[in-house]
Amino acid sequence: MLKGRSLIDPSDFSREEFREIFDLAHEIIKNPEKFRKSCEGKILATLFYEPSTRTRFSFEAAMLRLGGQIIGFSEPNSSSVSKGESISDTIRTIECYADIAVMRHPKEGAPRVASLSVDFPVINAGDGGHQHPTQTLTDILTVERLKGNVEHKVYGFCGDLKFGRTVHSLIKFLSNYEGVRFVLISPEELRVPEYVREEIMMKKNVPFVEVEKMEPYLGEIDFLYMTRVQRERFFNEEDYIRLKDKFILDSEKMSYASPETYVLHPLPRVNEISVEVDNDPRAQYFQQAKNGMYVRMALILKLLGIY
Amino acid sequence: MLEITSIEKGIVIDHIPSGYGIKLFNLLRLEKADYTVALIINAYSEKMGRKDIIKINNKIQLDVEFLGLINADITINIIDEGKIAKKVRLTVPEKVTNVLKCKNPRCVTSIESNIDHIFHLVDREKRSYRCEYCDDIIIPYDK
Repeated sequence: MLKGRSLIDPSDFSREEFREIFDLAHEIIKNPEKFRKSCEGKILATLFYEPSTRTRFSFEAAMLRLGGQIIGFSEPNSSSVSKGESISDTIRTIECYADIAVMRHPKEGAPRVASLSVDFPVINAGDGGHQHPTQTLTDILTVERLKGNVEHKVYGFCGDLKFGRTVHSLIKFLSNYEGVRFVLISPEELRVPEYVREEIMMKKNVPFVEVEKMEPYLGEIDFLYMTRVQRERFFNEEDYIRLKDKFILDSEKMSYASPETYVLHPLPRVNEISVEVDNDPRAQYFQQAKNGMYVRMALILKLLGIY
Repeated sequence: MLEITSIEKGIVIDHIPSGYGIKLFNLLRLEKADYTVALIINAYSEKMGRKDIIKINNKIQLDVEFLGLINADITINIIDEGKIAKKVRLTVPEKVTNVLKCKNPRCVTSIESNIDHIFHLVDREKRSYRCEYCDDIIIPYDK
């Protein structure tokens, strides 16, 4: 039963519960018209303490397409947060007005704190460099639509794996599935955090390699997950400039990949995928963004107990 | 040799790794005690070379769970009528609340007051702990 629950981390739901969400998302894609009024009279609050375009729009579009309404803020300076209000107090107040809330916050664990303070569903839309579980829903729906299921596949992750919250969530999710292997491509400084390596991959016996060059592995990778080296995650500008261009995917590198290696990206892209790759049929990142809206529609419906 | 007289009724925390006595003293807030407390540092120990000892001349309620975080070999002797009435065995706790602080500057615990600071045991050998909120792993009281 997902009604009333919060999604803060991929371990919050079981495989079966995620299955329910993906099945509903596939149904919505087939017949979106059927769900046009499902959330009539319901309000989604979007609490974005950090800038976001697509995640916020994706949630807002999802709620509007379900016939619901939205309230919220997209930068904390325009709210009482700028007066120093605690996360718990903010979310308790929002609970008086809305049926469900989505929170993005620069501090890791902030959505968890929010969810523990209230009785209505809270969805983590990204917390610092930690987790981003609804991007994982987006990624998995895309994988399922392209290859049927997530099992027995090689997933390559490239770029900023240290602060890349979408990477952490996707690895955590995939580590529960059989026959999954990871190729982790990043500079040494931006490798996955210790808890991802030891607490997730090693504890669950998921085979993985950590490498600095993608070409030798591209032929065996089913999904290449590119990420942005994010300026805002660095304390030091020099480190950012030194590392940001090291792992760029272009047509030349794509020639090493198999005809069935799909390229995913949580977006926004800066320059880690050359625009020339966009026309390659294996580039699936814009379709992925569209899937994000559908799977968020499914998530909202499930957490509100409507389906 | 300096001698601290034995106590009639109270608690002796023995086999504290040298250098940790003062930390433990502060963690137990013993500076606020209105009874006699002795902190002995660098005492000779056959097993450890040097060790610290705390003697508390009062039978107080002591939350000892977190002492296992420092070293599970620390011994706690409850003294009654000048004799050891009970020995408390320490374990490495599975979960600790409001003892450790997360060092990750991006962790929500750095801004949100009035929340419990919770850590879960990751590796018993290494005595490493994971923050409930940000998953950052720390080894408390690592030398």
